[in-house]
Amino acid sequence: MNKSPDASNLDSVFNLSERSKLGEVLRSQEFWIVVAVLIIGAVVGMIAPRFLTSANMANILQNFCFTALMAIGMTPVIMTGGIDISVGSTLGLTGVLLGLFCASGYPFAVVVLSVLLVGAFVGIINGALVSYLKLPPFIVTLGMMSLVRSQTLVVTNNQVVYDFGKAGDTLLALGSGSLLGVPNVLWAVIVSAVVMQWLLSMTRWGRYVRAIGGNENAARLSGIPVDRVKVSTYALLGAMTGMTAIFLVGWMGAATNALGQGQELQVIAATVIGGANLLGGFGTSFGAVIGSVLIEVIRNALLLAGVNPFWQGTFVGLFILFAVLLERFRSTRA
Amino acid sequence: MSLLELKNISRQFGAIHAVEDVSFNIEPGEIVGLMGDNGAGKSTLVKMIAGNFPASSGRMIFDGREVQFDQPSDARRAGIEIVYQDLALCDNLSAAANVFLGREIMRSVGPFKFLDHRKMRERAAELFRELQSETRPRDVVKRMSGGQRQAVAIARTRLADAKLVLMDEPTAAISVRQVAEVLALIKRLKERGVAVILISHRMPDVFGVCERIMVLRRGHLVANKLASTSSPEEITALIVGAKAAA
Repeated sequence: MNKSPDASNLDSVFNLSERSKLGEVLRSQEFWIVVAVLIIGAVVGMIAPRFLTSANMANILQNFCFTALMAIGMTPVIMTGGIDISVGSTLGLTGVLLGLFCASGYPFAVVVLSVLLVGAFVGIINGALVSYLKLPPFIVTLGMMSLVRSQTLVVTNNQVVYDFGKAGDTLLALGSGSLLGVPNVLWAVIVSAVVMQWLLSMTRWGRYVRAIGGNENAARLSGIPVDRVKVSTYALLGAMTGMTAIFLVGWMGAATNALGQGQELQVIAATVIGGANLLGGFGTSFGAVIGSVLIEVIRNALLLAGVNPFWQGTFVGLFILFAVLLERFRSTRA
Repeated sequence: MSLLELKNISRQFGAIHAVEDVSFNIEPGEIVGLMGDNGAGKSTLVKMIAGNFPASSGRMIFDGREVQFDQPSDARRAGIEIVYQDLALCDNLSAAANVFLGREIMRSVGPFKFLDHRKMRERAAELFRELQSETRPRDVVKRMSGGQRQAVAIARTRLADAKLVLMDEPTAAISVRQVAEVLALIKRLKERGVAVILISHRMPDVFGVCERIMVLRRGHLVANKLASTSSPEEITALIVGAKAAA
């Protein structure tokens, strides 16, 4: 350090990679959650052989998708240091509006577009209040959670929507159909995860999302449009929630106004278990997906192992705490 | 011709006169120390030069043109960069990402634009080589020493080819050995023809690199003299007011 290094030995310093690729994988939260999923799978497979049947696997792969889609959308929000606890309510509102729009006879494409826009609109309001009025994201979206849920009851007048009219056939086919043996919704998860990860690591937007979570003040001083980027993350999450509603209602065949109630906590849990840091700056869409898989595997495994379902929350809760500890452990060692 | 010329610059915040009637010149490639006690107006003065807020009165001439900066990006475009005291770096990003923050190099493939990670790493490595700093472009800033962090912040200013760099207490919070590293970085900027205004409380640092020293006291410029004709004792007396002016 003291000697003044010449250019050639500086080059050798620059080319040093601090850690190997394998080391990076071993250090990632995602890797350890994958390990956890495999261990749980193996243990439960021994206790309840039904767990490992292809029918049950297909079941899990279908069920985790709805949380995963929203968790992928939640990832950039959390990476900027924000949070959105209104997504469960937004899922409910977009779900029932989807049903009502279909029932009103609009073409399916128009319905889909409207539902995505409604979701994005809720996100834009959240994001604008957080960014421009500098209100804490937790409180803003807590308010929105109540407001949007109440609007869901208002527009449906507390009725279940199950008659979807002509567009309904397309909706149900989309929700329960599959392509090349893979459920449509799983395709949606795969495509969303890949696109989101690409956005996060290869575009200016992704770089800014990360920078804002790392040091918002520095980002602002560097001339990054911090407020607009933040609003965009909430809007994107809203739109992805709308997309989730399309697959979920298409799969269930009905939209109740309790749709998505409590789901925000599962979505946030999945995102955090997958390695996103609530203080901002870190997260991957793959982490969000694997976190969602873990939660569904726990739910499914407990059910098949004959454990009283009241225990589910205990296990999910323990895994959230475990994930946070794991993250802490990794960041202090790194 | 002077690089920067301040003529009778004042700034009030309500009834408080933070900076009053300050005039001085900065020559190209010159390292000038700006000293003063807490609240003497150093930060206010520097923030006006950097475009964080306008002066209440007075004129500023930069590079031969009368300028008025409404926001930091105006000053940056003119060729003035500021290295903030807290360095304004993102701990979670790599050195290269920090150097290029807000000025990313993009690569187009058809209608799409991607971050050109490789080009940014290479360019960052060039800048670190120029600064002779052992800072690896791939490394995350969080794990860096204070000196390396300074190198990253200073490399940012080199990216834009700034003519004037304002440095706010760059040696305040780092170890003795790293201080030497940072002072060496400042001298490298000078070698490149960059003028530096160094705000510092640390007498040895200022006398170590600065050719000229200016002292602010209660918003007034009470001294502006060559370091070779002054002494730490005299500057201390000027800062605390034991000596009225020099």
